[in-house]
Amino acid sequence: MSTLTAPFRPQALATPPPEPKANYLNVSYGVKSWLLTTDHKRIALLYLVSVTLMFFVGGAAATLIRVNLLTPAGSLVTADTYNKLFSAHGIIMVFFFLVPVVPTVLGNFLLPMMIGARDLAFPRLNLLSWYAYMAGATLILWVIFSGGVDTGWTFYTPFSSKSSHASVIPAMLAIVIGGFSGIFTGLNFVVTVHRLRAPGLTWFRLPLFVWSLYATSIILLLATPVLAMTLILVAVERVWGIGIFDPALGGDPLLFQHLFWFYSHPAVYIMILPGMGIVSEIIPCFSRKNIFGYKFVAFASIGIAVLGFLVWAHHMFVAGQSRFAAMIFSFLSYLVAVPSAIKVFNWTATLYKGSITYHTPMLFALGFIGLFTLGGLTGLMLAALGLNVHVHDTYFIIAHFHFIMVGGMVMAYMAGLHYWWPKITGRLYPEGWGRLAALIVFIGFILTFSPQFVLGYLGMPRRYHAYAQEFQVLNVLSTAGASILAVGYLLPLIYLIWSLRYGKKAGDNPWDATGLEWQSPSPPPPDNFAEPPVVTCGPYEYALGPGVRSQESGVKIPETEVHNV
Amino acid sequence: MFAEIPLFPEQASTHAERVDTLFFFLLAVTGAVAILVTVLVIYFAVRYRRRPGGPPTPRILGSVWLETFWSVFPFLIFLIMFAWGAQVYFVLTEPPADALEIYVVGRQWMWKVQHPEGHREINELHVPRGKAVKLTLTSEDVIHDFSVPAFRTKIDVLPGRYVHTWFQATKTGRFHLYCAQYCGTNHAGMIGSIVVMEPSEYAAWLNSHAEGSLALQGRKLFLKLQCVSCHSADSRARTPVLEDLFGSTVHLRDGSTVTADAAYIRESILKPRAKIVAGWEPIMPTFQGQVDEEDLIKLIAYIKSLRPGQTPVRTEDAAPPVRGTISP
Repeated sequence: MSTLTAPFRPQALATPPPEPKANYLNVSYGVKSWLLTTDHKRIALLYLVSVTLMFFVGGAAATLIRVNLLTPAGSLVTADTYNKLFSAHGIIMVFFFLVPVVPTVLGNFLLPMMIGARDLAFPRLNLLSWYAYMAGATLILWVIFSGGVDTGWTFYTPFSSKSSHASVIPAMLAIVIGGFSGIFTGLNFVVTVHRLRAPGLTWFRLPLFVWSLYATSIILLLATPVLAMTLILVAVERVWGIGIFDPALGGDPLLFQHLFWFYSHPAVYIMILPGMGIVSEIIPCFSRKNIFGYKFVAFASIGIAVLGFLVWAHHMFVAGQSRFAAMIFSFLSYLVAVPSAIKVFNWTATLYKGSITYHTPMLFALGFIGLFTLGGLTGLMLAALGLNVHVHDTYFIIAHFHFIMVGGMVMAYMAGLHYWWPKITGRLYPEGWGRLAALIVFIGFILTFSPQFVLGYLGMPRRYHAYAQEFQVLNVLSTAGASILAVGYLLPLIYLIWSLRYGKKAGDNPWDATGLEWQSPSPPPPDNFAEPPVVTCGPYEYALGPGVRSQESGVKIPETEVHNV
Repeated sequence: MFAEIPLFPEQASTHAERVDTLFFFLLAVTGAVAILVTVLVIYFAVRYRRRPGGPPTPRILGSVWLETFWSVFPFLIFLIMFAWGAQVYFVLTEPPADALEIYVVGRQWMWKVQHPEGHREINELHVPRGKAVKLTLTSEDVIHDFSVPAFRTKIDVLPGRYVHTWFQATKTGRFHLYCAQYCGTNHAGMIGSIVVMEPSEYAAWLNSHAEGSLALQGRKLFLKLQCVSCHSADSRARTPVLEDLFGSTVHLRDGSTVTADAAYIRESILKPRAKIVAGWEPIMPTFQGQVDEEDLIKLIAYIKSLRPGQTPVRTEDAAPPVRGTISP
């Protein structure tokens, strides 16, 4: 990367090129060495392959949905098939892609490296988590391809417990099993961050990606069991007719919604927090700046994790809860928006007086800021009770959460995947194609989901197989955008695989990044670091030269210095 | 074709303008922030792009003042959004006392409407313009949602309980009615129309479809189901008299009180032992399975209309059975 300012490295010039060493990829071969590995980096790659597969299965369902909506009559598939398609899309994308993707792929690979550890605290538990994921994923794929489930990813009772004739219980079982994967990962991350930090790596020297993974892990640990219990209760009612949620049996359907959203709203933050962490790594690197307001960004993650548990009933403003409850949840929803706003402002301020390059990860990260901001701002609209009534359960909601989940989270994941691709594979992706993909994804995304805001305000309900004539033009626009978006996602799949063999050798630290993970060779050796690193400064000291940053320099770096801008 | 692309929904109720004003306020504020962030990001990205031989980047760690500003200032704006949103919500969820009351029952996959004057409709609801209409809704199976975008109203319709919403139409015409809560195979087909008519036309429409008022149909059920044999007004009554019951405060055996609204009466018919009136023995059998949601609405309408001295005498038992009282 000749465009990057090469840091001055006297040692690098003096020493001859090192002998090719064993790295985690070539240390052993064979299927068994992968399927029984306890190396966090190999498990991350197992996850990478699995979640990528699930992403494209979920994407295929989305494609069929969008094609069906080209005509008002919904002429591609029957109503029943359509319901199964959006259920499959939601279940796969939420439970088997968005929730696990960043923690299990990038988190698994990077968390130990970022804190200077040789592995996670429980390497075998980590492997077990992948098997739990695979069991859940296999089961849900079997359910979908052997007839499908038509409850939506939300499993609202009493439809799911009484009315649906589809394979509801196997689908729920798949989610419960897959959920254990998240619980194991969360547990592993929390213990690892507490116990395995390198000497000198205090909490406030942790990279913000680690802070966000830590916050995510806490949510995974506390919320996922509630989902499992809730789904098991639905199964109990469905099989034995014990009245829990069905009013005809003496149950309460709203109880299900409370329990479900008690998990599923925090799950929104499971999905977005790691993305925020990625962006907090990339913006400083490609601006050559310290992150603006480190502690505020770090505590914002914790604030989001805590407040995220207290806003679940804003999914139920028209569901028949009391007006008093609605007011409380509206207020708390505004409160949780504050830490997200803090993050956006701090990323923006980090750019100020930077030395900015437009590499692919940076383009995705800047796209993230824009799209996440729009998603967050439309969330402010939805939190307003009086407006929520009108747009609830319409395409406005669909557009809003896709801005957060796809415009935000998937953009951030793509940013992180490109940023750490040289670390993971030792190869560079083709930069020109990367920038093109970032541009295509951004344009395709805007074109797909912006019309849906208009459709939603016009009143088009979600989960409709057919719709009124006047909505057609906007739906066609949205489908056109989706086809561009599909190209944007297929392109990286091709060139990243291509780069494994034909990509340029990356060198150890192609971005000249300050993170601890870049201080070991790329791809890393099996135990990550030749000797345990000692940390002497914060994670984003881009403004200081590499000489000052290194532990040998002996320069005391002030950590509390604050400049007013 | 493109001339017909709607970008904004019709405003056809008093709620519409209220909700849209809130929407435009939110759109203006959030739009301003979106533009601010976008412009700043693009400006910084261009202004501070890397130049060969450019100056080293400054080591800026943050600013407590800026952090405080951009935490507190947005929060104050959020408070305005919250208060305004809550205020509109309270209007949307508080039907005026003099509203015309219409009952709606949802089921997979149709809407059944009962007017107090007795007329029934399916997937259509006729209402007069300029008059507040309160809907009382319930479901026979799963959760549905009664959504009328042109009125900006929406309410989940749950089985096993009554929910309420209201609107006052400002325009005559035909407006979309959608089920907005996913309810199974034909969810997208659970649609209909709200037909808003001038009050005079509405009155004529009601007359042309007279079937006897809902209360009258309820009275027939009251006799047919033998309710009257216990709930009689004479000295042999074994259960409370129901005259003037609706809206009054009922004292229960456990010392608590309850307001006799539609939900209470519904529960007392289906689960008579749930709330026992003080001073009476719980001898009433359940009518679960004998009456459906539409019958319940008729019975409630009848009890609501019952004034002192109007309880039929039990000799009416001997009257010829009324026809067509139980709905098919």
